Amino acid sequence: MSDTSSTRDLLLRIEDLKVHFGGKSWMPGKVSKVVHAVDGVSFEVERGKTFGIVGESGSGKTTTALATVRLAPVTEGRVFLDDLEVSALKGEALRLARKRFQIIFQDPFSSLNPRIRAGQTVREPLDLMEVGAESEREGLVQELFAQVGLRPEQRALFPHQFSGGQRQRIGLARAIATRPELVVCDEPVSALDVAIQAQILNLMRRLQDELGLTYLFISHDLGVVQYICDEIAVMYLGQIVEQADRVSLFVRPQHPYTKALLSAVPSARPGKRAANQAQRIRLEGDPPSPINLPKGCRFAGRCPLAEARCHETPPELKVIETGHKVACHLV
Amino acid sequence: MSGHQTDRPLLQVSNLCVEFRTRDGIARVLDEVSLELQPGQTLGIVGESGCGKSMTALSIMRLIPSPPGQITAGEVRLAGEDLLRFDEQRMRDIRGKDISMIFQEPMTSLNPVFTVGDQIAESLRLHEGLSDKEAAARAVKMLKAVGIPEPQARAREYPHQLSGGMRQRVMIAIALACGPKVIIADEPTTALDVTVQAQIFDLLRDLKERTSTAIILITHDMGAIAEMTDRVTVMYAGRVVEEGPVEAILDAPKHPYTQGLIACVPQLDPNPTAERPPLEEIPGVVPALTRLGKGCAFAPRCKYAFERCDQEAPRRVSVDADHRAACWLLEEGTSA
Repeated sequence: MSDTSSTRDLLLRIEDLKVHFGGKSWMPGKVSKVVHAVDGVSFEVERGKTFGIVGESGSGKTTTALATVRLAPVTEGRVFLDDLEVSALKGEALRLARKRFQIIFQDPFSSLNPRIRAGQTVREPLDLMEVGAESEREGLVQELFAQVGLRPEQRALFPHQFSGGQRQRIGLARAIATRPELVVCDEPVSALDVAIQAQILNLMRRLQDELGLTYLFISHDLGVVQYICDEIAVMYLGQIVEQADRVSLFVRPQHPYTKALLSAVPSARPGKRAANQAQRIRLEGDPPSPINLPKGCRFAGRCPLAEARCHETPPELKVIETGHKVACHLV
Repeated sequence: MSGHQTDRPLLQVSNLCVEFRTRDGIARVLDEVSLELQPGQTLGIVGESGCGKSMTALSIMRLIPSPPGQITAGEVRLAGEDLLRFDEQRMRDIRGKDISMIFQEPMTSLNPVFTVGDQIAESLRLHEGLSDKEAAARAVKMLKAVGIPEPQARAREYPHQLSGGMRQRVMIAIALACGPKVIIADEPTTALDVTVQAQIFDLLRDLKERTSTAIILITHDMGAIAEMTDRVTVMYAGRVVEEGPVEAILDAPKHPYTQGLIACVPQLDPNPTAERPPLEEIPGVVPALTRLGKGCAFAPRCKYAFERCDQEAPRRVSVDADHRAACWLLEEGTSA
């Protein structure tokens, strides 16, 4: 936990990542609007740890995750996995590199092919990446099923025969099949029932311990993020506004947006309920559109503390203490 | 209407049973569900999907698709009158006027080809007999009442032009238009971001104080329950397993299912420590309603289950003046 930065074993490094959509038009001579989905995001993830990205819809957290595994186009910036520049890979090299990074999606139903049996779904990455000898693969699939808490005979079933939680277990088995180093988890439990969420979160932590996985975990649920992540970045309109380790982010949030976000979560804890409502920082309105971005701080329009300079110059992400960065003029 | 009785509940559901005919046999989706709602009160209904929360709401509104569904027993009394005895015409007068609903997904429950102003005005024309012009003017007022800026302009916009939070405000405006006695909100904020959810909760609380409308809030989020409700009903596999005041349910839950539901959610801790014990799990899933045994439906997932739980369904017993739970542990005197 308290390792100094020089000895950190970094697995994933993202440098000034930008993902912009649009800009081109089918009509000659016209330029369509540009959506700045991710706009200059940098962070590093230590091997074996879980890095969380939180934010509301439209903050760019999912696009960041997709761009990291090259499922969204990288407009600018670089993505490194160890020394491998993932963002520069092309064609077959990229396909083969995918063995090292996998993804689990939010909706466990639409991310599984309804016509393919669960066992085949999990086996597919083994075949494609040529993991082990062909004769051993069925055995590997069995092992994977056991690892995620499914019974081996369930390999013959189709996705609709599983419950939501079980489907997410299949998704996990498929993701860890090629023994990846990095697993990107895009809201893996948001579509699940409350009682099932806990089962999947506990399973994900167990797999991380057993296999030494590194997670990039995307979620809008702060309780879940607090439970599973070691380091967390808060995104707003395509940029990181605050980033810190788990304890300092929740104990000493600095950015007004982080504070508002934390205070908006209703609490079911005894004794916290009345206080929670009284101290709530209320945000007005919705985030502005990522097409016409404000020129100053992107949060200024909704920020209860905004000053004149906030509307003029965008703040930089500054280190305020070891491992805690904030982008706000007032901090 | 039979005169005034002081403490008669505004809405009283008693022993409501609903069955669905399915290929696998008869599914009893609601089994002797009872609940009470006083004017100005907010009642929360919690449980996992498939526990009968939404089915309870639809049964109160008499919106169960029939066939295959059928209300087989029970009563739904609104101000003393049994809605189950009304004919369809009278029921249509009740829906949207005396009881209205707010649904989870505002995008799919609004009509994409009508302006939001038209959609609010519709119920005003039907129920209050207002002219088009009067109804349109009231619609703008309703939009203003639910905190939509520039209501005049917004009333002429279509649902796709509004953000998720705005659409949910429009839904609330439609639900409130005719001044209903009861609003049933079925997961009203599940599709929204937390900061917008906080805005919607503030709005509902504010409206409740101003109009003394009673609210039934259906949710799976214990945080929302803590935030919004006065009383809570916990449902499992079509049955009410526990009910009581919100403090009692959250701080001293008696039924193992309620305890599990509260413990399995990673609650945001303002003072987290470096240690992270594994989350409490409720093993397994909600059983298929066609295959419920004669015992307690939760027994297969319950860590305290003993012999009797498999053989007999527990009755609801009082733990406190107005706190009841259905669990054999309570009757055996060994509290969970």
